[in-house]
Amino acid sequence: MSGGGLHPAHSFTEEARENLRNRQLRANLGFATKTIREKRLRVTQELPDWEDLRLQGAAIKDEALASLSENLLQLEARVQAAGGQVHWARDAAEAREIVTALIQKHGAKEVVKVKSITTDEIELNKGLEEHGIHAIETDLAELICQLAGDAPSHILVPAIHKNRTEIRDLFRDKLGADLPTDDPAKLADAARTYLRQKFMSAKVAISGANFAIAETGTVCVFESEGNGRMCLTLPEVLITVMGIEKVLPHWEDMAVFLRLLPRSSTAERMNPYNSFWTGVHPGDGPKEFHLVLLDNGRTNVLASPVGRQTLRCIRCSACLNVCPVYERTGGHSYGSVYPGPIGAILTPQLLGMRDQNANTLPYASSLCGACVEVCPVRIDIPEVLIHLRGETSKSWFERMAMRFVARAMSSPGRFLRAVKLARFGQKFFVRKGVIRKAPGLGGWTASRDLPALPQQSFREWWKESRGRES
Amino acid sequence: MDAKAEILARIAASNGRAELAAAARPKTPAPRMVPRPTIGSVQAQFVRYAAEYKALVRVVKGAEVQSAVRDALSGEKRVAVTSDLPQELLPHEARLVVDHPALANDELDRADAVLTLCAVAIAETGTVVLDGGIGQGRRALTLIPDHHICIVREDQIVDSVNEAVVWLRASVEAGRPLTFISGPSATSDIELVRIEGVHGPRRLDIIVVESQ
Repeated sequence: MSGGGLHPAHSFTEEARENLRNRQLRANLGFATKTIREKRLRVTQELPDWEDLRLQGAAIKDEALASLSENLLQLEARVQAAGGQVHWARDAAEAREIVTALIQKHGAKEVVKVKSITTDEIELNKGLEEHGIHAIETDLAELICQLAGDAPSHILVPAIHKNRTEIRDLFRDKLGADLPTDDPAKLADAARTYLRQKFMSAKVAISGANFAIAETGTVCVFESEGNGRMCLTLPEVLITVMGIEKVLPHWEDMAVFLRLLPRSSTAERMNPYNSFWTGVHPGDGPKEFHLVLLDNGRTNVLASPVGRQTLRCIRCSACLNVCPVYERTGGHSYGSVYPGPIGAILTPQLLGMRDQNANTLPYASSLCGACVEVCPVRIDIPEVLIHLRGETSKSWFERMAMRFVARAMSSPGRFLRAVKLARFGQKFFVRKGVIRKAPGLGGWTASRDLPALPQQSFREWWKESRGRES
Repeated sequence: MDAKAEILARIAASNGRAELAAAARPKTPAPRMVPRPTIGSVQAQFVRYAAEYKALVRVVKGAEVQSAVRDALSGEKRVAVTSDLPQELLPHEARLVVDHPALANDELDRADAVLTLCAVAIAETGTVVLDGGIGQGRRALTLIPDHHICIVREDQIVDSVNEAVVWLRASVEAGRPLTFISGPSATSDIELVRIEGVHGPRRLDIIVVESQ
């Protein structure tokens, strides 16, 4: 469960323990991740230069981040030249204020929204609600989550924790839809009917952005249902909230990401709709365009030589689908709008390593490395996880113990002496050959037993038996 | 300090600190032209991939366009078009709603279908791209009606996404909005069951016109 936006309400261990009991969730997730995994493999194998593409994707993002200021300033200038307005937001609260003020200026009480994790990150809907503005989620899965009062559980298929019968009951109840069956096509139809009049009458729309091109001032949204196109085209005012790391220097960079993102994300050659727009275009689309550039901790991430690769992320969700921990514990266990392996490194870093619950996330991994293999921009997630584990604060006792172990392991003689000492010391804790609870190191034995040190080590045995032979 | 100045200062500080790491990073490798295994011709691949994403594709000779359009429009009463759509493409009996002056959204909603040209089409992905050029109109035109019929000239089909992006630079520089369309609108949000037709057109017909 999330305490809202990025902030987990509990530690990962507590959340995971709870969610692992939910059999429906585990079955749904197992099916979804397996299906998307296999599809992804098929469409990526179709491109013989896939590995080259990943290298290019990573390098383009790294270069874009190395010249981030220049890119953002150029983007701003181009958007303004094309009749758009650009706003800068240091944190979530500032971004919410900007968006709220813009909506209030137009006197809108209801706005339509296209799926955007960035706006979830800043808890925009809740913020707007406090000012009497209702934001309607228009992506089918997001609408389901919104009506049910649930948090999304997967980046790509946010309502994967709900089955068709639950969705039918929800639509009957909340939309007053007449639904004799739970056929998914009929359910989608009910959402279409409900949302169409909203699209037609909404004055203001809110979106996120997948990428923005500095040299041309072009912003884009990738989507499937057409709700994105509706939001980007029909209302008079469009407000786009975008993390500062999404900017790319050149138009041609899109060639790489148009090939990397759909195949990694929905596992399609191309998702049904990609919309690109540059400021305001007379006679076509909104009359007013606002681009909100959001920091909210991203510049902290940028400061870390190891952690900054996290900002390459293009939110495809491929790492979720291959992660054995995500597949079993589900998105809600991560307690943040960013679940899965990427969430385990992004959330604590965005929060500046100061949130105790978020700091448990780097431990939500077996370090198997499957995520690195599928990441379209080659983020070395295990490398960052290990780095972040070093950054999280530990008890003084654990720190002492670690320092002692590090010293003991630095020479064979010391190691041998330490083992002998430990063999003596463990006597007080060993029950039936295992240590169930190590004093002061609770985290290490909370969910697994430590095997006791044997009375004789291999080296001791070797010395003894060789001695006997010769 | 205002938000912009502060964010830029933070970026400068962060990038300054990470400078050494940045210097050690490899430069973008130049895209290598690796030939993809194509299925027959570029056109054949486009047709096959567009059809795999549930577009209904017809391939016709130049003179047959009008009858192909008639087939695609059968049963549709009101057909939305731009004012600059070449007249010879249109069957005589079609009841046209011309988007000039711009139709209101509810008028567009009453149109059964929309007939357009495209800017470029991509074989690698089975995609058509609209850039608001001749015969394509504004974005709402191809969004609100439930059935989109798109005419693609054979010579508009490029092999790869790379070529299409290079080709589209001029449109982007001119500030024109682009829409990449790959099949009808779709969702897999309920139990991963793919459903065609959510908010965008539920049906996409593509007519590929071969030169004589």
